[in-house]
Amino acid sequence: MSEKSPILSIQDIRRDFKMGDETVHALRGVNFNIHPGEFVTIMGTSGSGKSTMLNILGCMDRPTSGHYILDGEHTEKLKRDALARIRSKKIGFVFQSYNLLNRTTAIENVELPLLYNSGVSASERRRRAIEALERVGLAERMNHVPNQLSGGQQQRVAIARALVNDPVIILADEATGNLDTRTSYEIMMIFQELNRQGKTIAFVTHEPDIATFSGRTITLRDGLIKKDVINENVQDAKAAFEALPPPEMIDD
Amino acid sequence: MAPLTLAKIALRALLRNRMRTFLSVLGIVIGVAAVITMVAMGEGSRISIKEQMTAMGSNAVIIMPNRDRRGGVQMESSEMLEEADLIAIREQATYIDGVSPMVTVGGQAIVGNNNSPTTLSGVSADYLKIRNYEIEDGVMFDDEADRMAKVCVIGQSVVKNLFPDEDPIGKTIRYKSIPLKVIGTLKSKGSGDFGQDNDDVIFTPYQTVMRRFSATTNIRQIYANSIGEGYADKATEEIMGILKERRGWTRPTDPFRIFTQEEMIQTITSTSDLISLVLTIIAGISLFVGGIGIMNIMYVSVTERTKEIGLRMAIGARGRDIMFQFLFESVIISLLGGIIGIALGIAASEVVKNFFNMPMSVSITSVVVSFAVCFVTGVFFGWYPARKASRLDPIEALRFE
Repeated sequence: MSEKSPILSIQDIRRDFKMGDETVHALRGVNFNIHPGEFVTIMGTSGSGKSTMLNILGCMDRPTSGHYILDGEHTEKLKRDALARIRSKKIGFVFQSYNLLNRTTAIENVELPLLYNSGVSASERRRRAIEALERVGLAERMNHVPNQLSGGQQQRVAIARALVNDPVIILADEATGNLDTRTSYEIMMIFQELNRQGKTIAFVTHEPDIATFSGRTITLRDGLIKKDVINENVQDAKAAFEALPPPEMIDD
Repeated sequence: MAPLTLAKIALRALLRNRMRTFLSVLGIVIGVAAVITMVAMGEGSRISIKEQMTAMGSNAVIIMPNRDRRGGVQMESSEMLEEADLIAIREQATYIDGVSPMVTVGGQAIVGNNNSPTTLSGVSADYLKIRNYEIEDGVMFDDEADRMAKVCVIGQSVVKNLFPDEDPIGKTIRYKSIPLKVIGTLKSKGSGDFGQDNDDVIFTPYQTVMRRFSATTNIRQIYANSIGEGYADKATEEIMGILKERRGWTRPTDPFRIFTQEEMIQTITSTSDLISLVLTIIAGISLFVGGIGIMNIMYVSVTERTKEIGLRMAIGARGRDIMFQFLFESVIISLLGGIIGIALGIAASEVVKNFFNMPMSVSITSVVVSFAVCFVTGVFFGWYPARKASRLDPIEALRFE
């Protein structure tokens, strides 16, 4: 894996925020590479800098200094519009709170990123959206609106939305944070499946449990990498899901 | 993003908030409808004045007694016009080529079972020339030969009322029990838009009216015809001189008022211009208020959808995509309001025209201008909220609850 060139490269990234007179150093020199096909979790407590890291990885924020090379492109100096183009073509976001447009059908939600990609025709858009929904097992719900869907289903729509533009990396931000354990595992099954199909995934979480489903865990603390370990013993989400007690036995 | 796609997104957002969209559209509808109707009203009266000007003859000069105002009460001045004035003007004035008195009696003209509530006008033969009337059939009476004769010349409306199925020439009409023989009919001049009917006239020699009907020697008005365009002022001056000389007038005030047709038209048009200007300004203000309504709604909309904006940016929308999305919304609102408002304004103009009998004329210009103004309103009032939306920081926007 190390012979392959990385899909993204983070080189001495620093990010400072000015809060009045004070400067907060959210990231203080972070270095790591992610290679194609990796499933990396980024862990850390709140204030560790993981959200800042995610925003930079997602090209929504720019580092104060350092280099960020995504798919061969230097992004650290790009303007707003250029960053939007990168987000549109190379990145798929999955959020904690799904962020689906309400009163808008699943398929239209999935089509949304392609609307900002002028090269895609309407029929092509629809075809790819259906395909993405099939990959998350929701093709038969494509005309449902979000409030007709469960939390897990909404998150699957969101994953389909992240897949539809065929990004080089999927960035998940606490994607299981709003879900119960069973549903979390279901979602992790999907991520593992996508990873098996070759998708590169960076998954930000604060739950150590979730990290066991990924092949590598980067732990941040106080703006620096504390640990960057390969997980030799990746837990299979499907097995973990099946090992859970059946839902009717859970007493809540 | 393709403009069509943006328009679709904007339209969908508007449809999701039907009530709100309806109310902001309504603001524009009212504004535009008001503008269209008010301009139609102003245009209509302008056109009808113009029509009247041609109908009346633009060289006409009208002489009438100066009204004395004391304590707000109008009094007839002691100076009255009489036949001698008429003769003096006819003989001495060089800038006029026709002169006629105007003495009137109100009443009903009756023929058998038919009647016509038409004012009887005592004039001289020149009156036809002064007011652009022409004989259709028969002859006009002669000032000398028919001095007090019981004859008349009638307009087409009177013909229609009194002689629906027969030739009026040679027949007799009764006016206040006095029989008047019809010796001529006038060509139709059509109606002025202020409701007066130029064909609803009965002309008879002025002496007939003065002696047989009203028993007076006073003449209310004298009409004269200046020799051509641009001679009205000279004619006025000359006539005033003749009238003063006859009376040995030395006081600084004039004994009579002399109007030229041009002056009257100017007075009427400038008043109606002012009224339509004021109305249009008021209508314009309501359109402006409608625009502020749009701006208000767009602000609410942007704030309410901050998270949506954040999401759209996160998945690749550029600032300008967001900006145009919101700009499209405001433009759609205002253009929709414009279209409905124009339709409503035209309908309202028709209603006013038909039910209130006012001259209305919807001008193409006002429709085009209203539509353009709506577009500008949409862009203008949508601009700031849309720009605000486009400048949101995606991270902050996504975090917004």
